Amino acid sequence: MSTPSTTLSQTGAAATRELTLAQAIREALAEELRRDPTVYIMGEDVAEAGTPFKVLSGLVEEFGPQRIIDSPISEAGITGLGVGAAMTGMRPVVDIMFGDFIGLIMDQLANQAAKVHYMSGGKLKVPFVIRTTLGATRRSAAQHSQSLHAWVSHIPGLKVVLPSTPYDAKGLLKTAIRDDNPVVFFEDKMMYTLKGPVPEEEYTIPFGVADVKRVGSDITIVATSSMVQVALAAADNLEQLGISAEVVDPRTTFPLDKETLIASARKTSRAIVVDEGYERYGVTAELAAVIAEGAFYDLDAPVKRLGAMDVPVPFSPVLEDQTVPTPATVTEVAKTLCGRV
Amino acid sequence: MAHVRAAEQAGQLPADEGERWLGMYQQMIRIRLFEEQVNDLYKTARMPGLAHLYSGEEAVAVGVCAALRHDDYITSTHRGHGHCLAKGAAIDRMFAELLGRAPGYCRGKGGSMHIADQDTGNLGANAIVGGSAGIATGAAFSSKQRGSDQVAVCFFGDGAMGQGLLYEVMNMASLWKLPVIYVCENNLYNEYTHYTETTAGEFTTRASAFGIPTQEVDGQDVRAVYAAASDMVARARSGEGPSFLLCNTYRYYGHHVGDIQRTYYRSKEEEIHWKTQRDPITLLGQWLKEHGIADDAALDRMMGEARAEIEAGVEFALNAPFPDASEVDQHVYA
Repeated sequence: MSTPSTTLSQTGAAATRELTLAQAIREALAEELRRDPTVYIMGEDVAEAGTPFKVLSGLVEEFGPQRIIDSPISEAGITGLGVGAAMTGMRPVVDIMFGDFIGLIMDQLANQAAKVHYMSGGKLKVPFVIRTTLGATRRSAAQHSQSLHAWVSHIPGLKVVLPSTPYDAKGLLKTAIRDDNPVVFFEDKMMYTLKGPVPEEEYTIPFGVADVKRVGSDITIVATSSMVQVALAAADNLEQLGISAEVVDPRTTFPLDKETLIASARKTSRAIVVDEGYERYGVTAELAAVIAEGAFYDLDAPVKRLGAMDVPVPFSPVLEDQTVPTPATVTEVAKTLCGRV
Repeated sequence: MAHVRAAEQAGQLPADEGERWLGMYQQMIRIRLFEEQVNDLYKTARMPGLAHLYSGEEAVAVGVCAALRHDDYITSTHRGHGHCLAKGAAIDRMFAELLGRAPGYCRGKGGSMHIADQDTGNLGANAIVGGSAGIATGAAFSSKQRGSDQVAVCFFGDGAMGQGLLYEVMNMASLWKLPVIYVCENNLYNEYTHYTETTAGEFTTRASAFGIPTQEVDGQDVRAVYAAASDMVARARSGEGPSFLLCNTYRYYGHHVGDIQRTYYRSKEEEIHWKTQRDPITLLGQWLKEHGIADDAALDRMMGEARAEIEAGVEFALNAPFPDASEVDQHVYA
């Protein structure tokens, strides 16, 4: 599997270190907590426990329990508190341990946070971040494995972030905390230990700017979050076969950098969209439609989609592993699309 | 309040106390006339959509908001016009919002159920029953985090007792001693269903289960509401935490302006009883006269002033421009 060091945005950076995705996120949070006293973190087991994934370890020691706040197991409640606090001068970061629990917070997110600015005619705003997870293959079964970012990408008023490298995670999370809108930030829990270069110096990454993770000329693979590494591995496979694949990571599903996706597809004339959400009515459908509309006259083949299988995520490894796109499945679809069966 | 009660017993009141009750009387009639005008706008097809009228419940919003500072927060409900006005909203901009006009509080994007006014601490009416419980509690949390002494009031109806969010946030408010007051307006009906068909046990014990002090008052008696709210505000402001105030009240109109055939869920006799025997404006008016604070002429004069303000406000709104059509996709993002 390719490492993020192969990606364009990260080559040539001056002072870089290798951090894991979890470390990069922790560093972003610590820097923003130091910079802005209105930032706080609230969630289940976020303080001494540092979350089950240990992403927040050490933060309570530096910032204290007034700012790193262990909450009851009340996802809707802590999200609601975050909305009210954000409307009155704070910048909450609400930790929703598993993305599957987004069902518990949906009213606060979709009916409250997303609409307050609009409904108030632009007077009130909700600058808060929901950090949550996505991704299967952790043997966690149907209620701890889903990738539900399509749900929130559907709602006007929300911004949705899907980092795929430690570098992107840090820069995008800092942007999320500084944004004056509600932002949902999805972290692939299987990627917390993924290492990649992260500069020593401060940086942020703007929303709505896709990153070309690998340049190619024969086919475009648009991939999000967990699927970026899968796409890069597939691109390595394809290179062995003489197919040059370009890997484009939108990084945010809203705002969406349509131009970069369309330009890449027009250049290569073929496109696959890979995303770990359920395939039906999912992010792959939206991105494929964007490409089909924008690049139609330059395409040599229909845009193909690869999402999670439309089944609840099963427990048994034999079953679960079939449900998520892999380098092998992406490679096969790409070969077919390029007429190389 | 102790000295007020002592003065009452002595049959006399300090002048500023008299002014306070007169102010509340005026607020209540402003709300009453506002709602009657809204109903008229609906019946004459000059208002888009529906509205949920607050008539009959005025003493709750007025008594509670009189105990608040200008910079304190409130969150409101679908039946929210009274809360907005009691917290300081202007009548003309309220009407403009209800009519979808540009000078409305939300530039016509919110309408009756979503009026918010940052300048008066009104964090918004909410069309999800119980939906603002998190916002109010979050504002209280924010106040505490920022070291401010602002308090937050969460208004909701008896229907919100069925919503889980309320219990999640009451738990946290008590745990962390947040300066929030939960004001339940029990107007007897969850939409078209009597609360006894939906609500097990007692309202107040649900809050006291979290260690939150509770009080139950006659929601038609603005003085009782004000007294209880004042104690709760003082408690919240001094860092002692949340309270729960149950106000027993009644809505004179239906669930919304279009709900005019109501006999299948409540009797005409019941409505007449509340309107003639339990009206909060009549009750305060009688008390003002008994205590020599106002006579019939003074009350009539206040009514006339309020009527003129309502007429001017609705005139302003009816003549106000609609928002430019290009505003439809403004304010989606900050």
